[in-house]
Amino acid sequence: MISGKNMNRVVITGMGIYSCIGKNVDEVKQSLYDGKSGIGIDPERKEIGFRSSLTGIVERPDLKGVLPRRMRIGLAEQGEYAYVATEEALKMADIDMDYLEKNEVGILYGNDSSAKAVIESVDIVREKKDTTLIGSGSIFQGMNSTVTMNLAVIYKLKGINCTVSGACASGSHAIGLGYFLIKNGLQSMIICGGAQEVNAYSMGSFDALSAFSLLESSPHEASRPFDKTRDGLVPSGGAATIIIESYESAVRRGANIIAELIGYGFSSNGEHISVPNVDGPVRSLRMAFDDAGIDVDKIDYVNAHATSTPVGDKNEAEALAEVFGKYKPYVTSTKSQTGHECWMAGASELIYSIIMMKNSFIAPNINFTEGDESSSKLNIPNKRVSKKIDYLLSNSFGFGGTNATLIAKNFE
Amino acid sequence: MTREEVVKKINQILIEEFEIEEAVIDPTGNIIETLGIDSLDLVDLVVLIEKNFGFKVVNEEMGGIKNLNDFYDYVTARAK
Repeated sequence: MISGKNMNRVVITGMGIYSCIGKNVDEVKQSLYDGKSGIGIDPERKEIGFRSSLTGIVERPDLKGVLPRRMRIGLAEQGEYAYVATEEALKMADIDMDYLEKNEVGILYGNDSSAKAVIESVDIVREKKDTTLIGSGSIFQGMNSTVTMNLAVIYKLKGINCTVSGACASGSHAIGLGYFLIKNGLQSMIICGGAQEVNAYSMGSFDALSAFSLLESSPHEASRPFDKTRDGLVPSGGAATIIIESYESAVRRGANIIAELIGYGFSSNGEHISVPNVDGPVRSLRMAFDDAGIDVDKIDYVNAHATSTPVGDKNEAEALAEVFGKYKPYVTSTKSQTGHECWMAGASELIYSIIMMKNSFIAPNINFTEGDESSSKLNIPNKRVSKKIDYLLSNSFGFGGTNATLIAKNFE
Repeated sequence: MTREEVVKKINQILIEEFEIEEAVIDPTGNIIETLGIDSLDLVDLVVLIEKNFGFKVVNEEMGGIKNLNDFYDYVTARAK
C-alpha cells in the first residue's frame, strides 16, 4: 500500500446515467438545465394501498437482442438500468471488452434491495409449494449484490467485485470506497455507481412510514427540498455509473479526464434509525474536507442530500451552515427534479453535479419558494445560475444514521 | 396433445425462450450439447414445461432421455 503524499490521484473518466430525467448524460444535462421534473403518478400504488402514488417515472430498457438470455435473466429491474448506465460510462471512458478482459478492473456498486424478485419467488412457492418452479433467474435477481454479480460476469471483470449497502448513501459509499482502493494503490480502475429499483412493491414498506409527499394533485411540485411547505419525499430510481481510475492509468491510456475525486468523508450518527441529526453529517463533511485538503470556501456548489422531508432537510441545513460558517456556497438538491433515488442517489447526484460543473451552470432547486428557519441560512437558488464550478461537494445520508460526503474537482 | 403438437410447442419454447437457432434443433442430437444449454437452463426448462404442459418434470424420470426425440416422447406421455 502506498502511503502519505505518494498516494494515487483518483480521476473520473466516464459517466453513465439512466434516471427519470433522462436516459443518458445528454438528456439529463438538458433536463437539469431546464429544471424539468421527472415525477409522476403510478396508479398501481393506490390500488395496492399506498398512501402516496407519487414516483419518479422510469421506463424499463428492452435488452432482448442486446444481451444474451443467460445474461439477461439474472438482471433485476435496477440491474437493467445499471447495465445501460455502465455501457454509456465505459463508452465515454473509451474502455472496450478487450481492455476489460486484459486488465484488472473492479466493480463497487451501491444497492440495498431487490424486493420484486424476492416477492415474486415467494409468491410462486406459496402457490405451487415447489421451489423448483421458481426458475433460475430469481436468485441472481433477488440478492442485494444482484447488480455487481451480473455486471461482473457481463463485463468479465477481474478486480474487486462487491456491492455496498449503506441505505440512501449506498452510491456515495461505493464511490468513496472505490476512491480509497485506487488512492491506496490496490486497484487502478473501478466501475462505481448506484442502482435503485422503482417498482411499487419495493417501496411499500417505505410508504408505510408516512415519509412520502401527498401532493398528488401536483406531481411536479411534490418534491420541494428545503422549502417551508415540504411534506415528504418522492421515491424514484434508475442507475448511475462512473468509471474511476488512477491518474497514472488515465494518462497511460490517453483517456479524457472529466474530474478528479479529492475527498471522501463518512460517519455514523449513533442515534435514531430513521431520524437524522446534525452532528453526524458535520463529522462526515469535515472528514471529507480534511481528506481533500482544501478550505470550505473553495467549494462552488453543494449538492445536498435534502430529500424534502421536514426533519432531514432542516438538520442538513444546520449541518451545512455549521461547517461552512460565514461562507455561503450555492446549495441545491437535485431531488427537487428527480425525487429521491435512494440507493442510487449518491452516484447519480455526483454525476448531476459533474454535468453542471462541465457546463458551468447550477440547476435550479425547483419548488423552493420560501425557506424555513434553517434552510434560510443557505444560499439556495430556485432559478438556474450560470456559474463556473471548480470544486463541488455532494452529501448522501441514510437510515441507521449513515453519512457520506464526496468532494470533486474540475479537470480542464 | 398429439406428439406433433408437443414437438411444435417445445421447439417454439427453445426458439423463443432459450433463443436457440431453429437450424440447431436436431431431434437426434444430445440435448445439452446440441442445444448448448447449461444446468441453469434445465432449471428453467422444468418451469416452462409445467407452464405449457401442466405437469412437473421429475429429475429421476429424465435419466433415460438422451436426445430431443426422447424428450418429445416423455412430454407427450405426460402432457395434460
